[in-house]
Amino acid sequence: MLIRIRKASDPLASEIASKDAILNRRAFMQAAAAVSGVALLPMFANDARAGMKIENVMKTKWGAEEKPTTLKGISSYNNFYEFGTGKEDPAANAHTLKPEPWTVEIAGAAKNTGKFAYEDVIKGNQLEERIYRMRCVEAWSMVIPWVGVPLASIIKKAEPSSNAKYVRFETLVDPKTMPGQRSRALDWPYVEGLRMDEAMHPLTILAVGIHGEVLPNQCGAPIRLVVPWKYGFKSIKSIVKIEFVEKEPVNTWQDQAASEYGFYSNVNPNRDHPRWSQKKERRLTGEGGLAALFAPSIDTMMFNGYAEEVAGLYSGMDLQKNF
Amino acid sequence: MNVRTQRRIFKPLVFLISLLPFCWLAYAIFSDTTMSTQYLTTDPVQKLDRELGDWTLIFIILSLAVRPAADLLKRNEFINYRRMIGLFALFYVVLHVTSYQVFHLKLDVVAFLKDIAERPFITVGMIAFIALIPLGITSTKGMIRRLGKKWRKLHMLVYPIAILGVVHFYMMIRADFSRPYIYGAIILLLLGYRVWKNRQRRAPKRPAAQPA
Repeated sequence: MLIRIRKASDPLASEIASKDAILNRRAFMQAAAAVSGVALLPMFANDARAGMKIENVMKTKWGAEEKPTTLKGISSYNNFYEFGTGKEDPAANAHTLKPEPWTVEIAGAAKNTGKFAYEDVIKGNQLEERIYRMRCVEAWSMVIPWVGVPLASIIKKAEPSSNAKYVRFETLVDPKTMPGQRSRALDWPYVEGLRMDEAMHPLTILAVGIHGEVLPNQCGAPIRLVVPWKYGFKSIKSIVKIEFVEKEPVNTWQDQAASEYGFYSNVNPNRDHPRWSQKKERRLTGEGGLAALFAPSIDTMMFNGYAEEVAGLYSGMDLQKNF
Repeated sequence: MNVRTQRRIFKPLVFLISLLPFCWLAYAIFSDTTMSTQYLTTDPVQKLDRELGDWTLIFIILSLAVRPAADLLKRNEFINYRRMIGLFALFYVVLHVTSYQVFHLKLDVVAFLKDIAERPFITVGMIAFIALIPLGITSTKGMIRRLGKKWRKLHMLVYPIAILGVVHFYMMIRADFSRPYIYGAIILLLLGYRVWKNRQRRAPKRPAAQPA
């Protein structure tokens, strides 16, 4: 697979500016790498990365009928405590993150473990656009056009053993580039986990982009999980470790408040959060002001509207207990 | 400058300064609506709740700080502005509760009653809100005269109300409790000053009042 990244305003050869020259060189190097089959780390500064287009993305049927939240809306309102606990903190602070080069460790009960450049982790897969609803546990939601690859194909490539019952994910710990980690707002690293069948589900993806562009740092660059039928906090950002484990991992929010956040955290309008109702949600379109203030709230759907695809994973389970 | 001119200048000034957060929020809504700015984020429903709640706590704390500030700076005229600051706390909490009902709950009365009954942080917040109303009503000159000594006792309620407000804030958030801790610490400090001062005032009387 080839992530060909180019600026939207790709110039003619005769009018190349210096920044574009770097980007074009990268496209060239990647093309060369793809031809020769050699893994190649990106060779440009991180500040040149933001806003770059991802090419060769396959459209899919997912969310074709939804109206996506604007890129500005998605990238200006984030829960990413590594950059501060306020919703606007990540957009203000995440510029210090260095998503290139980025190493992801694949570890635990699998044959093909080791440390890989993140581009190699997703190599060989067609990049797909998946327009998913994202329901935050705080009762707001967005529609996000992700660019990513099915997690299942990455798991298959790792060849997990029969001891691999769960997949455990970790976010980077680096207080130098993640200023929120200088205080103990959470117990770092941020940890999430999925049952193997959840991780292998075709809806579950590892995302590298939003709205056809590389992930903004505040959205979990360069690579993050997206599990659309679970509350947003399950979709862990800026992943540095994917580990196959036998026991159910304790995810960060469960560790923080076990009575409020469970391991599964499936979107469920019938189970209220102790401090607020989960029956409705505010759909954030990216438009603020009066339009957002007076927008009617919408009903939250079981499994965030993906019940047809995923309800079978939980048949026979008491979802009030296994929340 | 005599007391009269002082009041004529500073009362409107304190009023206008206290109104600034409201003006700012109104402008932010206007600008976000007409100029696509993001002052109140893409989720103004929540941002507005938080902002108004925050300003309520700040004005309650300011009203509690007037007496210590007047004592420390030996400017007894500060007390002239305390009622206005206290009433602004009431103003912001009314907006806070209204914004919650109108924008958050879309005027769903059943949901609101359920919230009060089932969600402890809202129960606590509502108790603080309701308790603040009689303090506002009894802030007129006539009421102060009519209530006499009882007025002082009644208005000491502002301390437990302030603490409930901070508890409401603390219970609402999920991580990073620095702000409610700071507000709580300031309130306890101001309460400590009040207790210490009351004791001092009573202390010299005590020997005479003691029976032989």
